[in-house]
Amino acid sequence: MLSLGKKAKWALILLAIAIIGSLLFIFPLIDLINSQNRITLATTTSTYDSGLLDYLLPTFEQKTRIKVDIVSVGTGQALEIGKRGDADVLLVHSRVKENEFIANGYGVHRVCVMYNDFIIVGPSSDPAGIKNQNITTAMENLKSAGDAGKIKFYSRGDDSGTYSKELELWALINFTPSTLKHKWYFETGAGMGTTITITNENDGYTLIDRGTWLAMKDSLSLIVLVEGDQILINPYGAILINPSLYPDVKYDKAIKFVGFLVSEEGQNLIGSFTKNGEQLFHPIFGHCNETLGCNTTSEEVNFWKKYNGGYTG
Amino acid sequence: MVNEILQGIIEALILIFTFDPEVWNVILLSLRVSGTAILIATIISLPISSYMALRNFPGKKFLTNLINTFMGFPPVVMGLIIFLLLSKSGPFGFLGLLYSPTAMIIAQLFLAIPIIIGTTKAALESVDPNIKETILSLGSTETQLWWELIKESKRSIIAGILVAFGQAISEVGAVMIVGGNIRWYTRTFTTAIVLQTRMGEFGMAIALGLLLIAITFLINYALTHLQMGEKK
Repeated sequence: MLSLGKKAKWALILLAIAIIGSLLFIFPLIDLINSQNRITLATTTSTYDSGLLDYLLPTFEQKTRIKVDIVSVGTGQALEIGKRGDADVLLVHSRVKENEFIANGYGVHRVCVMYNDFIIVGPSSDPAGIKNQNITTAMENLKSAGDAGKIKFYSRGDDSGTYSKELELWALINFTPSTLKHKWYFETGAGMGTTITITNENDGYTLIDRGTWLAMKDSLSLIVLVEGDQILINPYGAILINPSLYPDVKYDKAIKFVGFLVSEEGQNLIGSFTKNGEQLFHPIFGHCNETLGCNTTSEEVNFWKKYNGGYTG
Repeated sequence: MVNEILQGIIEALILIFTFDPEVWNVILLSLRVSGTAILIATIISLPISSYMALRNFPGKKFLTNLINTFMGFPPVVMGLIIFLLLSKSGPFGFLGLLYSPTAMIIAQLFLAIPIIIGTTKAALESVDPNIKETILSLGSTETQLWWELIKESKRSIIAGILVAFGQAISEVGAVMIVGGNIRWYTRTFTTAIVLQTRMGEFGMAIALGLLLIAITFLINYALTHLQMGEKK
């Protein structure tokens, strides 16, 4: 019934569908095969945006042939991803939330691997007069200046480690800021990069991690006003997802990753990472308690100590 | 602002001509994800829309309403739903699809299907009834009828598919949530732009944006040219 030309045309169409169809299956298949030697690391946007992980990972991947897929989201989301078993390991910086996470049985063998610090930045004219003040005085001055209508303060207003730290700082002066009650306080609900840009546009003040600051300061007119207080130090914890809860989690490979972070080689690499000539992160495995007043148990340190000389297989 | 745009144009040209591997990875991944999603969506949608256009059945009005509503379904919500479904804690967690290109394809697929069904159905329904009568009077079967109608409304159908493709490739919320924006693996144009913007690299973000527009333009041009050529 169909002419020869039409038959050929149909044959071609069917062939095209067959080729495309097989391609459609090949891609997911490749994904599946690849996924065997990968682990998923959930971390925060500020950690990832600093560039540290892109600096560290090539060494790790080369040695172990394990590919690390990094999902960088807000701290709240990272922990939520961990709770759902969608990651194999977390690298976050929110001590209080980490403790809760572990207490609820989602994570095991948390270890403090490094710290960086937060700074308060603002306009060079510094209407609040906080330059070089200690942190408590600075927060007082910010609040007074805000209430007097002289300044604006921009908060992350999300579930991030930065936001938690900011609330901790306000707590020093027994103050709970609220956008509704305090007209000088704004919550961006956005990442650090966006928040600092908004702050810059409005000549406001904000709390920012040093990594993002160094990455962006050249395009900003704000300056560093408060730094160095111990409370501004920001320790990072690596947490393995509990394999009893999620048997499918790639526990052994995740151990290798954290083992790399706490190994001498990993710690040295962390310390050697610089941005615009400045060191961003300070390796601290094993010394967390003395330096930062953490409460890492000696049992935790001992679990990871064996990896310090270079992770074994 | 002019500064950033100029910077963006220069960066875009540099990226193209130096064959920056990361940018090529982003381009190919975006095309693969959106292309696959639209392809599957079209295959699924054409029979459904044809059936809906040519037949009457109880609940047709309600279904039409539903399809039209879902055409405007918020992509980020779709992303969240697919995330919850594919998460290890979710019903389909055993598939292990979260944070993979396949998850991104699934999200874009469900967003595209209502769009293609809606536009194809509208295209088929607006075919001149005289043509329909002519085809039927020549003794065609139902299958031949709907195939002929599809050919008649080819232009409008392809236009609808292009709209769906444009939506898919420029979508950012869903692919971010289900894909994770993982470098070399699930980073598409839009998620890369978000990252660059967040890091303050506005020039690079604009460069990627310009590339995305250019590629979408080329695809539109190619597909439109295709249907024009066949008409002759």
